[in-house]
Amino acid sequence: MSIEIKVPALPESVTDATLVAWHKKAGDRVSRDENLVDLETDKVVLEVPAPADGVLQEIKVEDGATVTAGDVLAVLAEGEGASEASGSGQDEAEAEETEESSAEEEAPAEKERSAKGGKTSPAVRRLLEEHDLDASMVSGTGKDGRITKGDVMSFLKGEESGDVTPGDHATADEDEEAVVGLERTEQRVPMTRLRARIAERMVDAQQTAAMLTTFNEVDLTEVMALRSRYKDSFEKQHGVRLGFMSFFAKAAVEGLKKFPAVNASVEDNDIVYHNYYDIGIAVSSKRGLMVPVLRDVDQMSFARFEAELAAMANKAQDGTIGMDDLTGGTFTITNGGIFGSMMSTPILNPPQSAILGMHNIQQRPMVVDGEITIRPMMYLAVTYDHRIIDGREAVQFLVTIKQQLEDPGRLLLQV
Amino acid sequence: MSRKFDVVVIGGGPGGYIAAIRAAQHGMSVACIDEWKNRDGKHAFGGTCLNAGCIPSKAMLESSELYHRAGHEFKKHGIETGKLGLDLGTMQKRRAGIVRQLTGGIAGLFKANKVEGLVGHGKLLAGKKVEFTPADGDPEVLEANHVILASGSAPIELPFAKFDGETIIDSWDALELEAVPKRLGVIGAGVIGLELGSVWSRLGSEVTVLEAMEDFLFMADRDVANTAAREFKKQGLDIHLGAKVTAAKAGKKGVKVEYDDKSGSQAIEVDKLIVAVGRKPYTESLLADDAGIQLDERGFIVVDEHCRTRVKGVFAIGDAVRGPMLAHKSSEEGVMAADLIAGEVAELNYGVIPSVIYTAPEIAWVGKTEAEVKESGRPYKKGSFPFAASGRAKAMEQTSGMVKIISAEDDDEVLGVHIVGPMAGELISEAVLAMEFSASTEDIQRTIHAHPSLAEAVHEAALAVDKRALNYMN
Repeated sequence: MSIEIKVPALPESVTDATLVAWHKKAGDRVSRDENLVDLETDKVVLEVPAPADGVLQEIKVEDGATVTAGDVLAVLAEGEGASEASGSGQDEAEAEETEESSAEEEAPAEKERSAKGGKTSPAVRRLLEEHDLDASMVSGTGKDGRITKGDVMSFLKGEESGDVTPGDHATADEDEEAVVGLERTEQRVPMTRLRARIAERMVDAQQTAAMLTTFNEVDLTEVMALRSRYKDSFEKQHGVRLGFMSFFAKAAVEGLKKFPAVNASVEDNDIVYHNYYDIGIAVSSKRGLMVPVLRDVDQMSFARFEAELAAMANKAQDGTIGMDDLTGGTFTITNGGIFGSMMSTPILNPPQSAILGMHNIQQRPMVVDGEITIRPMMYLAVTYDHRIIDGREAVQFLVTIKQQLEDPGRLLLQV
Repeated sequence: MSRKFDVVVIGGGPGGYIAAIRAAQHGMSVACIDEWKNRDGKHAFGGTCLNAGCIPSKAMLESSELYHRAGHEFKKHGIETGKLGLDLGTMQKRRAGIVRQLTGGIAGLFKANKVEGLVGHGKLLAGKKVEFTPADGDPEVLEANHVILASGSAPIELPFAKFDGETIIDSWDALELEAVPKRLGVIGAGVIGLELGSVWSRLGSEVTVLEAMEDFLFMADRDVANTAAREFKKQGLDIHLGAKVTAAKAGKKGVKVEYDDKSGSQAIEVDKLIVAVGRKPYTESLLADDAGIQLDERGFIVVDEHCRTRVKGVFAIGDAVRGPMLAHKSSEEGVMAADLIAGEVAELNYGVIPSVIYTAPEIAWVGKTEAEVKESGRPYKKGSFPFAASGRAKAMEQTSGMVKIISAEDDDEVLGVHIVGPMAGELISEAVLAMEFSASTEDIQRTIHAHPSLAEAVHEAALAVDKRALNYMN
């Protein structure tokens, strides 16, 4: 019998996915758990495995299409009975395929998602025209993937909240600077989904929260001493390197415990306090910025934290990071220092209400006990949502982190 | 050697015969077993729908409606008829003729599609074998790759009002009466009870309908049900709600029917009593003990949303399985089953099945009633348009009733359309198509409707949802 292969459930913050590539074509024999197709969401690439052995009978959604959870991607004829019963159906599917591929050759530009979006209902046509949209921009939930009025409305709603003004006006300066005589070309490239999502979320954060940043500086003499003293034995014992991040994360947890609002989030008119400490650590990857979340950091040893962080970073690099790994955090740490940043104001990761920015460590002359000494210093920044966190709390939160790091013994004693 | 088919269908009603034809169109070898016997002892395909239900009742509804209008309405049009006469014999002959033509047509369709029509009883055995017992012959075991069970349903009999075929009768007998009863009782104000009550009331019977439920047409939208109740009362149908029948005794002078209602025990005397309290799945001698098919506590064959039974390769469709007992639902399930067997993708949108009651005015609806939408918690808007404001309806002298549309407040999707009025059963098709395509109210608003037509009432009701009706004050 035939099984419908559907888009798996996407997490709540993700509305749809792009079908990147089919690994199989209609008529191919597939075995259970074999990857059939890659879907790219705002955050990750998902694989859709075959639910059973059989023959891929019909592919319903072509490469490049936008799909939402539950959409039927393909139909799989299960088992041996399939090939016998589906003789005619399969032929048809093949015929369809050749038809489509010839169509593709003629009009490669129109290969996009909505072969079926071309014919739309009157209300949909009106909305598309009014908002100067193309049917291919909207993914349909109606019969056979047709676009309904509701689909366009929710597309428009999504646009509204994440609207980015086109950057055209910014090019004026560049034009003047452009070297005379050289070809003054420009390149217009559509944002990748990940980029578009980052843009949307950044602007979203900028517009909803009352963001304010407070700064401090931390003397890392003690942390560095501790680290160099135990670096080798730590690595031998636990199999991971002792990095700085674990110190910062543990220090942040102590701060969050003292100031629960910093670990909270805003939902409508409510403040939701989280009694757990799931910390997102921003990492850069080939595909862009990602924030994998480490759960229950307060329960973790330094070693476990470092091990999990390393695992996440690897996953982010090779693109196997899962949706679950990226959702849910209550607080975020970002380290601009690895790229050489001295000072920056991080932007919130909604719905979280605070983010800690780390920066580079520099030897600077400091006055300690009335004497000028050279110390490894780092500027710290906390951007916070002033709607629910008062300045006093934010400043004291950052001071707590500073104290923990300047005297790491506090981390042990939790004072 | 036993005969072998790709598909054996048991039951030749609107589910089974359609499934058989569809399967044959897929190039499969198909047999359709059917044992329907008409009152004259002759076999005919088509099941209850064609022989004893949908089709003959529509024939009688049409004839009786014309008779009624000739008597009550022609004067208004300036038509003098002289003394109006009723020839029930001819009326019945016309009904029987229509039925014969249509059921004979199925035999023709079978031939054209190379479906083997087998007259006799079919019984599912273990291992996808079917025992076929011809009307006059020895049982034969057929082998099948796939079996579709489409055995239909039968009228429910009340223990205290058993059918005797003479005075206490079922819906089939009620269509074939040879004389107009002076006093007619009907138990059950459902679709069947109302249609049969209407037929005989128009032909001159005093009709009393006893309904156990407190709400009239509980499954319909309240606005529609209330309008219909008013109209039926005007026509002389005496409908008692909350009337629980406790006994029915047939005597020489007719039937004494006793019932309880709010004001205590009541009794009426009628000449004939139609029991139309619903239908039950019919699975008598359909399944061998080891066939492996499961029935639920109400006797329905257990199937999934694709009409698959527990046994691989065995499907069940129509009245014998869950869902509304409607011919069009059975037929579509038959198509789905045949397509699935052929390896195609098929599904049924159970949320968008139209219901029609062929009274005058007709009642038809699709989707959710206002009460159901309210209960779902989804914010909604609604609009309605009365036929009294429709030019076509006025010209037809059929201005009672209205069209009501319920739509989602957020994305404007049409959630339910409810019609009571002339040709409601035809008008509903537009709404079904719209809902099948997840249309918004605006889609209907922006679709051109011919003028003058009854369909304009659907258009105006859609406009009224957004307070934009053009031919009626919003």
